[in-house]
Amino acid sequence: MATKSSLRIMANADYQSLVWERNAFGWWLTLILCIVYYGFIMIVAFNKPLLSTPIGEGMATSWGIPAGFGIILLSIAMTGIYVHRANTEYDAIIDRIVAGEARA
Amino acid sequence: MKRAERFSIPRNLAACLALAALPAHARAAEVIGETAKQPTNWTAIIMFALFVGLTLWITKWAAARTRSVADFYTAGGGITGFQNGLAIAGDYMSAASFLGISAAVMVSGFDGLIYSLGFLVGWPFLTFLLAERLRNLGRFTFADVLAYRFRQTPIRIFAAAGTLVVVAFYLIAQMVGAGQLIKLLFGLDYVYAVVIVGVLMMAYVLFGGMTATTWVQITKAVMLLAGASFMAFMVMMAHGFSIETLFSAAVDIKGGPAIMGPGGFIKDPVSAISFGMALMFGTAGLPHILMRFFTVPDAREARKSVFWATTWTGYFYVLTFIIGFGAIVFVSRNPAFLDADGNLLGGLNMAAVHLANAVGGNLFLGFMSAVAFATILAVVSGLALSGASAVSHDLYATAIKKGKASPQDEFRVSRITTVALGILAIFLGIAFEKQNVAFMVSLAFAIAASANFPALFLSILWRDCTTRGACAGGFAGLASALVLTVLSDAVWVDTFGNPAGSAPFPYASPAIFSMPLAFAVIWLASILDNSAQAKQERALFDDQKVRSETGIGAAKASSHSLGPEPELEPGDTAIQRV
Repeated sequence: MATKSSLRIMANADYQSLVWERNAFGWWLTLILCIVYYGFIMIVAFNKPLLSTPIGEGMATSWGIPAGFGIILLSIAMTGIYVHRANTEYDAIIDRIVAGEARA
Repeated sequence: MKRAERFSIPRNLAACLALAALPAHARAAEVIGETAKQPTNWTAIIMFALFVGLTLWITKWAAARTRSVADFYTAGGGITGFQNGLAIAGDYMSAASFLGISAAVMVSGFDGLIYSLGFLVGWPFLTFLLAERLRNLGRFTFADVLAYRFRQTPIRIFAAAGTLVVVAFYLIAQMVGAGQLIKLLFGLDYVYAVVIVGVLMMAYVLFGGMTATTWVQITKAVMLLAGASFMAFMVMMAHGFSIETLFSAAVDIKGGPAIMGPGGFIKDPVSAISFGMALMFGTAGLPHILMRFFTVPDAREARKSVFWATTWTGYFYVLTFIIGFGAIVFVSRNPAFLDADGNLLGGLNMAAVHLANAVGGNLFLGFMSAVAFATILAVVSGLALSGASAVSHDLYATAIKKGKASPQDEFRVSRITTVALGILAIFLGIAFEKQNVAFMVSLAFAIAASANFPALFLSILWRDCTTRGACAGGFAGLASALVLTVLSDAVWVDTFGNPAGSAPFPYASPAIFSMPLAFAVIWLASILDNSAQAKQERALFDDQKVRSETGIGAAKASSHSLGPEPELEPGDTAIQRV
């Protein structure tokens, strides 16, 4: 059986919206990451010339470069966005729940 | 740097430099053989001695702060998110990544980038679904997370097995790499090199615990990032800070644009996806990485840790890519770095080291050589600490003593284990000197992804998961990853010497089979488990979920975190001590 405190928190509307929103956000970001990364791997596996094509006439830089660097930047950016949102928005909700528990 | 002799490419070095999947034509270009001993490089040795002096001073400082098991395992929880991020990135920026990936880029350009991307995408995944939950549920090791609602003895034995197997393969690869690298860079005997690494590793962990291990890792991460930044800066400056100019110079030298796109790295789609899965999900199952989440005070700092780890690792991979292209331009056609046959002196993995000489002269070469050695030291220390914790905390204190071990005894066992691991690492490093260890780092990742990760993931997120399921599935993943790797080219052909093409398992990584197998077995064994124990474990899920989501009741190390006092576990003295 769950403890009284857990049952009380689970009934808390703040907690329910926190869990729902944060999990949905986390899973969405995971999905985007997987589509981008495994999409990239599939292009590498099935259509190598696409990534070897130069980005401009007479240029050495290929489309693979912005794709690869893009995945690095995307990884950093998505991690940053998640962490920022969690550390401000979600933690504020948790602080409210904790304050409520302290009074209970 | 005058090197008169002709050096063959070090098979073992290339191997343990983690590039199990070094591009096919890079491997083809290698002449199999051992590293030849270099003339003693005094600049590098003096630089390295300075680094060792600094780290021993750090260890002395850390030793004064390491009085309890909590200090030993988690630095008393006093590491900030930024510091921990650097340390985690440091665990990833091994000599393997630095020398191996820049060499791979020099040989095959774009393929080197594909490899680094696999390592990088593990971080965001870990952030989105696991990092804060791990911090909220765990205490010292990832087994603590599993043990929240599972039966202590079986789950601790599984977690310790998963930890020790991963640590062992990782450690052997690093030790062999250290010996080869040091022979190459410093001109020291292989055996001396391995003993030096083993003894210093023992000293850091034994006296300074996680505090020393973390600060040694941070020191090295800063040195490596600074050195690599300088090299990339010099390469870019020589090309007017235009990446296009650098690429076209490299394409001219290589005589064609093949390096600008994917080449032989990805042989078949199944291997490609399987390898990507092992790297991506393996990160979330590496015990020495997971352990670092317990060194920060709370979930907020745990999240910041992964953000900084992602940022620094991503930046580092951009640097290695530029360094690899710089090596094409400044090293690959420079007679000063080539032998009579046009092969790179000391082997392909020396690309970045020669580039250091080319852009910064002999003094900078000494610095980068010392940094490469320091990198191995810092990484093996983290591994040893993780292995020691699995034995003292999971096996001794919890599984054997049923949680009744005194803190003094647990602390003593962790130190004895550290010494034992150090001696074992030296012994294995020497025993595997002439073996092909190419597969070991990718095997460590595959096992982490197939054993530790599925058990951890489902225990946290799935109510119906039980002890029986997690243990059965975890061991199934561990065994299948191991067996399939033995049956693959890397071991069957390269190590056992069977004829090429005879390997029963045709793919580069087992993860695409072993990881789903682990999930399936956990699922099946859990839903078939109707014991009273299983019912109790499911009933505990609500408490576990509340704690994982909010951090209420989470283990805390400092006096200013959320929630009521956590239940003290036997062997914990940090909280009383404050």
